[in-house]
Amino acid sequence: MVKAEAVHKSFGAAHILKGVDLEVAPREVFCLIGPSGSGKSTFLRCINHLEQINAGRLWVDGELVGYRQRGDRLHELKDREVAAKRRDIGMVFQRFNLFPHMTALENVMEGPVQVKRESKAVARERARTLLDRVGLGEKAGNYPSQLSGGQQQRVAIARALAMEPKLMLFDEPTSALDPELVGDVLDVMRGLAEDGMTMIVVTHEMGFAREVGDALVFMDDGVVVESGHPRDVLGNPQHERTKSFLSKVL
Amino acid sequence: MTEVTDTYDKGKGPVATGSPYEAIRAVPVRHYGRWVSAVVVVALLVWLGYAFSQGNILWGTVGDKLFDHTVIQGVWHTILISVCAMAMGLVLGVLFAVMRLSKNPVTSAVSWLYIWFFRGTPVYVQLLMWFNLSLIFPVINLMPLYKNDTVAVMTPFVAALLGLGLNEGAYMAEIVRAGVQSVDYGQTEAAHALGMTGPRTMRRIVLPQAMRVIIPPTGNEFINMLKTSSLVSVVQYTELLRSTSNIGSDTTAIMEMYFVASIWYLVLTSVFSVGQYYVERRFARGSLRSLPLTPWQKVRANLTTLRRPKVVA
Repeated sequence: MVKAEAVHKSFGAAHILKGVDLEVAPREVFCLIGPSGSGKSTFLRCINHLEQINAGRLWVDGELVGYRQRGDRLHELKDREVAAKRRDIGMVFQRFNLFPHMTALENVMEGPVQVKRESKAVARERARTLLDRVGLGEKAGNYPSQLSGGQQQRVAIARALAMEPKLMLFDEPTSALDPELVGDVLDVMRGLAEDGMTMIVVTHEMGFAREVGDALVFMDDGVVVESGHPRDVLGNPQHERTKSFLSKVL
Repeated sequence: MTEVTDTYDKGKGPVATGSPYEAIRAVPVRHYGRWVSAVVVVALLVWLGYAFSQGNILWGTVGDKLFDHTVIQGVWHTILISVCAMAMGLVLGVLFAVMRLSKNPVTSAVSWLYIWFFRGTPVYVQLLMWFNLSLIFPVINLMPLYKNDTVAVMTPFVAALLGLGLNEGAYMAEIVRAGVQSVDYGQTEAAHALGMTGPRTMRRIVLPQAMRVIIPPTGNEFINMLKTSSLVSVVQYTELLRSTSNIGSDTTAIMEMYFVASIWYLVLTSVFSVGQYYVERRFARGSLRSLPLTPWQKVRANLTTLRRPKVVA
């Protein structure tokens, strides 16, 4: 579903990704862990072209991200083409980024109505179903400021799902939440995984990674240090850096 | 601790029965300065009112001319030119703000140039230049659509509208730009992640949120516009000030007619301020947990709380 080969990304002089190689299979829950500044969030943002990569190749569903290859030259895609590709990739942010001037229901309807040109009635119906699914059917009429962090994040997940994506990206979805609210969000994500959604999750929730994850990658300083099944990487790390990181967070 | 809570719930006051102290009733600080300053202010106002009443002013004329046909027409013209110029300024402001923030260097430069010129020269000069445009372009020729003499097109109203509207657009562009930049970039990213294009993100997500920042200074601009419109008499447009001072010079009631004009300007700005309150309230949706009360709701709330809620024993 996602394939990266020697992906590099710099912000000015700061070299963040220094050659990332990895592959995510369909229906897989793929967890990215690592210390802050290791480039895991940056890599996630490259997948839907919120950041443009500087070198290497990145494919989603067999198509290059952000570029079109003609002969041996790459051509940048137009904004409209980039936008079209993002429709199939849902993203959930650490800071939720719900639209504060819309109710929960309107947030979930916004994508289908504005981007997919669905009728409001159809979109509203599905938005209600999705809000029910994340346990917030009662809160459809509330504005984000009237919801707790955990509720906001679940609305944000419903908003991403409303576009019926093939792939979901989660950028530290529980890091901004109070500890007692984390569980509700993880439950929703667990349900998604059971339904067979392909998910890439940047997380510090090692319990979730071990229990739900199908594959796990430990990144440090812009490269993949260690990868494998979560049980193996978390239970029996091979590299010193992995060991030292896990000893601090577990 | 439970004892304290129980006592409080029974409405006997926040002090526990077992407390060794009673409720505090201290002597408040006396603010003598406030009394002195209030007396001084009132005295000054009385003196000012007396001076005006004794001045060589025919107060009856002010009352007579307040609803004079010519004056009312001036009021109407002031409203008309202000609203039209402000509408033009708003549209141009949004357009040039978006252009200014665009990645396209051409549109960005065009916007910079527009703002530079129209904000950098006096609106008075701009009005005169529009009015005398025929000196440069004697004929307006939009082949094959339209052709006419500039003098025929550049009526006082058109010159006033272009002068005020284009000037306002430059100021509004900066206000809108500040509003757009105040919206968290995460909102744009979230919209992009849903697959929205740049223009749609701007229209659906960023601008509605920017409105909260844009509206208060825009209200300011409109109040300014109501008053700045008095300048357009220079292009022969008969708005409020010109219509009143025309009467003033005919009847030698000069000061009286300035009073008439001032009263009308105050009425217009006051009415608009109330409207602005409601518009701001509308765009506060979602940013506050509950909307502030409208003035009418406040009155009703105060009336209902005149009866004290019964204390449940």
